Amino acid sequence: MSADSEQRTIRCLIAKVGLDGHDRGAHVISRAFRDAGFEVIYSGLHRAPDEIIQATVQEDVDVLGISILSGAHNTLVPKVMAGLEEYGALDDTLVIVGGIIPEEDRPGLLEQGVDAIFGPGTPMQETIDFVKENAPERA
Amino acid sequence: MSRAVESDLVERLLDGEHRALARAITKIESQSPGYRDIVSELHAHTGDASVVGITGSPGAGKSTLVDKLAKYYRDQGETVGVIAVDPSSPYTGGAVLGDRIRMASNVGDMDVFFRSMSARGQLGGLSTATADAVKALDAFGKDRIIIETVGAGQNEVDVVKTADTVIVLVQPGSGDDVQMLKAGILEIGDLFVVNKADMEGASRTVAELQEMIHLRDDPRANLDTGHHGVEAFDDAGHGHGGHDGHGPDDADADADTDADTDEPPVWTPQVLETVATTGEGIDELVETLDDHRDYLDASGELAEKARKRAGEEIRQLLRSDVNRLLEAELDRRGGVEEFAEAVVEKETDPYAVAEDVLEPLRECLDDRDD
Repeated sequence: MSADSEQRTIRCLIAKVGLDGHDRGAHVISRAFRDAGFEVIYSGLHRAPDEIIQATVQEDVDVLGISILSGAHNTLVPKVMAGLEEYGALDDTLVIVGGIIPEEDRPGLLEQGVDAIFGPGTPMQETIDFVKENAPERA
Repeated sequence: MSRAVESDLVERLLDGEHRALARAITKIESQSPGYRDIVSELHAHTGDASVVGITGSPGAGKSTLVDKLAKYYRDQGETVGVIAVDPSSPYTGGAVLGDRIRMASNVGDMDVFFRSMSARGQLGGLSTATADAVKALDAFGKDRIIIETVGAGQNEVDVVKTADTVIVLVQPGSGDDVQMLKAGILEIGDLFVVNKADMEGASRTVAELQEMIHLRDDPRANLDTGHHGVEAFDDAGHGHGGHDGHGPDDADADADTDADTDEPPVWTPQVLETVATTGEGIDELVETLDDHRDYLDASGELAEKARKRAGEEIRQLLRSDVNRLLEAELDRRGGVEEFAEAVVEKETDPYAVAEDVLEPLRECLDDRDD
């Protein structure tokens, strides 16, 4: 029935994992996503991978944005990805990583299932467009 | 999307799969095709959870209190579901849902299922979506369900009405809060909790609340029983109002709720104090919540509430369905703009247009009068 037409709202979790205490970037992206019409859930600072997994699964977000500036991405991201896999959430969640990720670490993260990495200076619109184009189709 | 997919989702949900629960709520929230089948199938499995609603102005400490309540129930071995409703921007539809940040006591605990929802601006849709999401949590097997919302308007009031027990959270020292309560939220509170009770002005706020509660024009209310809430707080929450009066320290001032009189038990809203950040007063709060639950059971109000809610759900569904039918009919006739133009040009008037659009429906229903 066409009257059942669905209001497609993209849901995102913006997550700060690990010990770095800088969340200006996460705030800026949260606001930009909100203004783009997304529903944004912000995790708060210093989250453990378990918390991020719990939130991603329960909130059934389309997009998980992980912000890491501490350099611990090679430790933290794999944990998150493994947890998503465990709960069957990896396939239909778009995972993007933002922050300071050295060039040589990127292929490794992408291989683990990260869909995109946005470094410093990425235009906001580019990130928003990427999300809009790649947010998984929800049946 | 076939019926089988929905059934499969329901089956996995009933099996306790978190992902299925999450997806079911997504479908309910976005009203995607098939969500009605899901809720229909879930309905038979509901009715076991106790549902508490918490409302209050931003910053009153709702999320922190919810966190502590969830922790308390988890320590008792019960499972918890939380639905936190936040406003969304009327301009972009976007929203920042931040209540999760405060759920620090239940980190990584999958048996606390926390879900943020936003008011997506559907007509009355939020209360329907919340009620349906509660059903999903209930069917999943959650023992305790907490609905949290900013108490700003009718929409939110409707949302909390989904709960069996409603807590209104108030900050001390803010005359404005009590002003807000006058506007209608006072009527829906079964419990008033003055949070941040360690702040200056807390006792005054408690006194003001009590005064307002006892001024309520409820013919059943026991108007001269004094200061229930304070007593309830002092003697560790052995609330008076709803007890059927077996407790030894229940003798005072509550003659009309005693079991040996035949009058039905009466609930006088309680005023409690908490400091959610430290967990102070949580035990009393939980006890009073249980008291209220007992009262609901004993007085038959629980069943009555369930009936009322079901009736309201039916009405709400019918309203939105008929609304859709008529919207489609409007579109078929060239859209509302054309009619609007005609009304502005004084060729017709809104009443005549409404009558005209509605007529086939009316005729159709009249014809069935057999």
